[in-house]
Amino acid sequence: MIINHPLLGPRDSSEFVYLGDACLINRPDWQADDALEQFIEYGHTRDNPAGLHRELWYHEQGDRSWLVVTRNTVTHEITQVELARDVARAEGRSK
Amino acid sequence: MSQKNRLDGGLIDRSEAWSFRFDSQYYKGHKGDTLASALLANGVRLMGRSFKYHRPRGPMTAGSEEPNAIVELREGARKEPNTRATTIELYDGLRANSQNRWPSLTFDAMAVNDLLSNFFAAGFYYKTFMWPAAFWEKVYEPIIRRAAGLGSLSLQDDPDGYDKGFLHCDLLIIGGGPAGLAAALTAGESGARVILCDEDFLVGGRLNLETYAVGGMSGAAWAAETVARLQAMPNVRVMPRTTVIGAFDHGVYGAVERVSDHLAVPEDGKPRQILWRITSKRALLCAGATERPIVFENNDRPGIMQASAVRAYANRWATTPAKQVAIFTNNDDGHRTASDLVARGVEVVSVIDTRAEAPTSSDYDVVAGGVIDQTWGRLGLSQIEVKMPKGGIRRIKCGALGVSGGWNPNVHLTCHQGGRPVWNEALAAFVPSATLPPGMTVAGAANGVFSTHGALQSGADGAKAILADLGIKASAPALPEAEDTPVKITPFWHVKTAKRAWVDQQNDVTAKDIKLAHQENYVSVEHLKRYTTLGMATDQGKTSNIAGLAIMAEVAGKAIPQVGTTMFRPPYTPTAMGVFAGRAWGMEVRPTRLTPSHNWAKEQGAVFTEAGLWLRAQWYPKPGETHWRESCDREVMQTRKSVGICDVTSLGKIDVQGADAAGFLNKVYCNGMAKLPVGKVRYGLMLREDGIVMDDGTAARLAEDHFVVTTTTAKAVPVYRHLEFVRQCLYPDMDVQLISTTEAWAQFSVAGPKSRKLLEKIVDDGMDLSNEAFPFMACAEITICGGLRARLFRISFSGELAYEIAVPTRYGDALVRRLMQAGEEFDVVPYGLEALNVMRIEKGHVTGNELNGTTTALNLGMGRMVSKAKDSIGSKLSERPGLNEPDSLKLVGLKPVNPDHKVPAGAHLMTKGDKVTASNDQGYVTSACYSPNLGCHIALGFLKSGDTRIGETIRLVSPLTGVDHEVEVVSPHFFDPEGERLRA
Amino acid sequence: MRYSGFRVIKEALTGHRGWGPAWRDPDPKPDYDYVIIGGGGHGLATAYYLAKEYKQARIAVLEKGWIGGGNVGRNTTIVRSNYLLDGNEPFYEFSLKLWEGLEQDLNYNAMMSQRGIINLMHSDAQRDAYIRRGNAMILNGADAQLLDQKQVLEKYPFLNVKNARFPVMGGLLQARAGTARHDAVAWGYARAADQRGVDIIQNCEVTGFRIEGGRILGVETSRGYIGAKKVGACVAGSSSKVMAYAGMRLPIESHVLQAFVSEGLKPVLPGVITFGAGHFYCSQSDKGGLVFGGNIDGYNSYAQRGNLPMVEDVMEEAIAMFPMLGRARLLRSWGGIMDMSMDGTPIIDKTHIDGLYFNGGWCYGGFKATPASGFVYAHLLATDTPHHTATAFRLDRFHTGHMVDEKGMGNQPNLH
Repeated sequence: MIINHPLLGPRDSSEFVYLGDACLINRPDWQADDALEQFIEYGHTRDNPAGLHRELWYHEQGDRSWLVVTRNTVTHEITQVELARDVARAEGRSK
Repeated sequence: MSQKNRLDGGLIDRSEAWSFRFDSQYYKGHKGDTLASALLANGVRLMGRSFKYHRPRGPMTAGSEEPNAIVELREGARKEPNTRATTIELYDGLRANSQNRWPSLTFDAMAVNDLLSNFFAAGFYYKTFMWPAAFWEKVYEPIIRRAAGLGSLSLQDDPDGYDKGFLHCDLLIIGGGPAGLAAALTAGESGARVILCDEDFLVGGRLNLETYAVGGMSGAAWAAETVARLQAMPNVRVMPRTTVIGAFDHGVYGAVERVSDHLAVPEDGKPRQILWRITSKRALLCAGATERPIVFENNDRPGIMQASAVRAYANRWATTPAKQVAIFTNNDDGHRTASDLVARGVEVVSVIDTRAEAPTSSDYDVVAGGVIDQTWGRLGLSQIEVKMPKGGIRRIKCGALGVSGGWNPNVHLTCHQGGRPVWNEALAAFVPSATLPPGMTVAGAANGVFSTHGALQSGADGAKAILADLGIKASAPALPEAEDTPVKITPFWHVKTAKRAWVDQQNDVTAKDIKLAHQENYVSVEHLKRYTTLGMATDQGKTSNIAGLAIMAEVAGKAIPQVGTTMFRPPYTPTAMGVFAGRAWGMEVRPTRLTPSHNWAKEQGAVFTEAGLWLRAQWYPKPGETHWRESCDREVMQTRKSVGICDVTSLGKIDVQGADAAGFLNKVYCNGMAKLPVGKVRYGLMLREDGIVMDDGTAARLAEDHFVVTTTTAKAVPVYRHLEFVRQCLYPDMDVQLISTTEAWAQFSVAGPKSRKLLEKIVDDGMDLSNEAFPFMACAEITICGGLRARLFRISFSGELAYEIAVPTRYGDALVRRLMQAGEEFDVVPYGLEALNVMRIEKGHVTGNELNGTTTALNLGMGRMVSKAKDSIGSKLSERPGLNEPDSLKLVGLKPVNPDHKVPAGAHLMTKGDKVTASNDQGYVTSACYSPNLGCHIALGFLKSGDTRIGETIRLVSPLTGVDHEVEVVSPHFFDPEGERLRA
Repeated sequence: MRYSGFRVIKEALTGHRGWGPAWRDPDPKPDYDYVIIGGGGHGLATAYYLAKEYKQARIAVLEKGWIGGGNVGRNTTIVRSNYLLDGNEPFYEFSLKLWEGLEQDLNYNAMMSQRGIINLMHSDAQRDAYIRRGNAMILNGADAQLLDQKQVLEKYPFLNVKNARFPVMGGLLQARAGTARHDAVAWGYARAADQRGVDIIQNCEVTGFRIEGGRILGVETSRGYIGAKKVGACVAGSSSKVMAYAGMRLPIESHVLQAFVSEGLKPVLPGVITFGAGHFYCSQSDKGGLVFGGNIDGYNSYAQRGNLPMVEDVMEEAIAMFPMLGRARLLRSWGGIMDMSMDGTPIIDKTHIDGLYFNGGWCYGGFKATPASGFVYAHLLATDTPHHTATAFRLDRFHTGHMVDEKGMGNQPNLH
């Protein structure tokens, strides 16, 4: 597979390490009333769609960016590649 | 023996006659021959035996789809089983042997199976060999396995080298026939970056096999001229002998170039084959088509082959399988073979055409509306029987029969990403579906365009469309004139018979087997293939799938596409496993990481061991020491007595800098790091988000905004990756930067009561190492040896007064030499991993054996380190009840009751008196060693409620290794439990 | 029709005219007591044991394509019970015992061949871990032996030890492990279930559940609505997709695992052997093909195909072990969709919907589990209590923290 890195251009996927669903960015608030329940869901439950999937790839043999790749799990077509940091910020994560 | 079946002409170089050997017989052939063509020229039709019935077989094809003529090529370590004689390029001195026969190819005792074939019908083994039950492994299976397989491996290491490479292009053209060449010309002249791959050593595809003119010259001449033009273009790379084996995601193609297979031995320094990973913007599949058989009784005798193969052997290789040849066809293409043979002076005894309206000829006899219903000839065809259209039979003597059942487009690569070919009624063939691998288009015969003109045109048009798509202006080279014969075919699949007619020739699947599969409800294509093994041979179904489908369709009373379609998966043709490994061979299979003191340690005679990819000194034997334990005990005792040095560079080091560095570390360690003072080191425990311990290490604060974090050797990479995840994905606005400095700093542990004195000799003036000025868990950036920058940490894994000192890696070798020299007066010793391990077990420090991915901080006796006052990775999920059971495993020390006993790692722990069963399992031993300080074996382990069982005598069992004795549960801190030595 | 030596000879002499269909192709009835979704090995085995062991009737297996077309026909055929953890080992050992009597039970030769599995070990730490595992196996009633390098070389003399990047210290042998003919397992269960009255309905895709008041009523299918008292999903690879019809999200990701077979070669590998310094496992079939595989590609996928880097990785490890395989040829590769669970261990449990049950999350260890999975799932469906060997395979174990993490990789599915 080829991942079109937003900073570096097209790179072979063997340079990357895969983590999983990009929902891992949305780590729950540890002080929420149902924090434990939220963490259990966060840590273990996945949509696992047959179709578009937003997922985390790490450019380990490259610039060490974490990327959010939107990829079709049936065709493997990649339609979007973003820096995970930008995605995280857009989803309200900060410090 | 003379080349009695050699004709005039052809594309072989007769300037030299090469000698080669097949089985025990020597023959002559020429450059340009394949093994099959050369053998046929010498009058040899018998080249192999089938898998199940050991039927005599000769070549069925002239290409890579060959199912029958497969041999063991070369001898000794270079022996290659199952090699297709039809693709082996002849070289001088070639040696090949027939396979899957005993004692010889002409007399094969295993052919007795053929007489018993009624018992070996499809799926017979699923119904039998079940009684008595114990006989399967003991009796039946050994017999089956003796008969298994085709060729045999050499059992010697492959002596040749392989390589890998990467190529990039705008357009990859797969196949160099008329379509591929026209496409390459069009794209090449337009300036696009083009790669043209062809599996043959002579690019040109069927142009090299046919007689008709292209642009006023022979097809072969036009192909040669075109290839020369392409080779002159700097933007075009023509790759003969290169098979594109797979279409992978996003325009990546795998291709194997056979660099040296046409030579006896690869040239010096050259690989045997190269695996190319070709990244293409677009690909044009011009893989041609394969002629398919008609199935009839005893259609598998040597001499019965594709009509197009007979034609190819005559035209390109100037040979014929026999002097008298008959043709059996259901389409006009069979007649082309007949005409070409006649033109070459081969006698065409008859053309049997299944069509009542068959074309007639003045050159040869035509039986219109006839079929072949029987053949004769034990080791090679001698006679055929024709069922005449108006009744009656006619027997015709002939040594070869060309069969043409129509053409199948080579759609294989179009299927590699799930595309399913669709049925084309007019061509009576499967053609590529609209669902192609993205970026791929198909041209020429592979797309069902069978005439030369059509192929040239569709190749050029395909290239033009791709260029337009890529925004490259297309030039339009003039295409040569060529024949444009339409396809005329009336599908005809098999001649019905109560006896055996072969569909999959290699696996001996007959039409009867397919009928039986239907009768037993193995109807779908997938069941049919798996039940009968149809299409599972080394030709991957190229010569058998369609006929099998057609017969199943007929039996099931369905149309062919209703029964299913054929799917193909990589590789396109069987591919040497070695080429996928490339240079990753032997010691090179994975990189080897050496520590900065490696050369020095080698000089000391150190014994090394693998630690992941690292090689680390395991112990340093001294003269006279005969057992590793002697060296290890000496290193431990001397370190604890005076001072020892150990290279600990392989431990991961991560530089953490920025205004939020402390806050960041507070997130990733379960214990508090924010308030760590500058100049201090703290032990830290990192959890995975699921609450299990990920790794342990130290964090040293060199400045307000600068930490150095260490990891275990094994976890250096995953921990770094995890920290980047936390930084970028969870806390994107934290002002913190990370860099792995594992390779940037050489780091040595200097341990033992004399370590301070030793270091005082090398630190630069002004550095006070006294306990007051530089106490336990202090750290500093200093200079040593007259200005060399270094980092000093007063940390101790051994439990001794100890330091770790780091210098830029390039000074690592110099530093260890300097330390050893400075330590001479203290009798300094280098110590290896074994001694390091003994000292940490004596001290109760954990490593990977304890941090095995299932242990919690609680298990390690560090439950209280998980701060509840802050958020950190893993702290929440570590609260789950399953990780906090009242009888949780706890880290304990273990000592044998009988001091002579060992306490081996991997043993399980039981309560005394309990039966040795899983339900009584109380824990296990993680790390074990002989402690020279305690004078007995000791161990660390996890024991249920272990922290409350100190002093209890329990039972240690290892039924696997025959150990069963008593051990005492003790504190894991065997040595200096108060830590007085490390604070000294 | 029973298969017997007499019958085989009689049919051979009479043109095989007497063999009937191995299983019927019935039309679906309006309702059943049990509907099993998924005509793979596990689903067919479940139906068989429901009928045979638990004396249940009115059972249907619904298969969206052809039976045995999924992972039961797309694996490397290895059967073993060499597990470490108490949650796993009794179950897999139960499975191995069922394998040992499978052919006689099913009257179908699945060619279960106990030629042993050797896990090679390459370091002291690995040796310690293998000893712990071998002991756990023995404690659970399975067999295990520790081999030194010499003993391994006696069985595999062409193993690379002279020029090995990772030295071979020996191996953990389970002699009762081996391989079975994967397709035959599916067909054997199908035939045996069919003979006990189970309706095997092919080309019948489940498209939804009918659920009322928290209770299952039946399934919507491509061949119409089918009522059921109890529904057992058994669709590893597509678990998330099917259970989403019931509004469930699972602790599962779907990944692609590639597998490979070489051309037919005269037998050289006596049993199954695995590389311990990476991930590679290999055996040789009774037809002569080397059957082998390695890691999953590592990314979520439903495509049933993989990519080149993993192919290369697998071959590198093959050649690292056996440099003599350089000139053997890869014949075919294929990909299967693996239900990768969050701890690498399967789930066999009730769901929050009355009458709806779930069996999945097999990662790439499902084949060897086929008999036991069917047996314990039948037990659960028939009795509403977990079988005693499968009490750890609960759906809520991630809530309670009772993970069964054999490899110790944590909640990242692609690492298991």
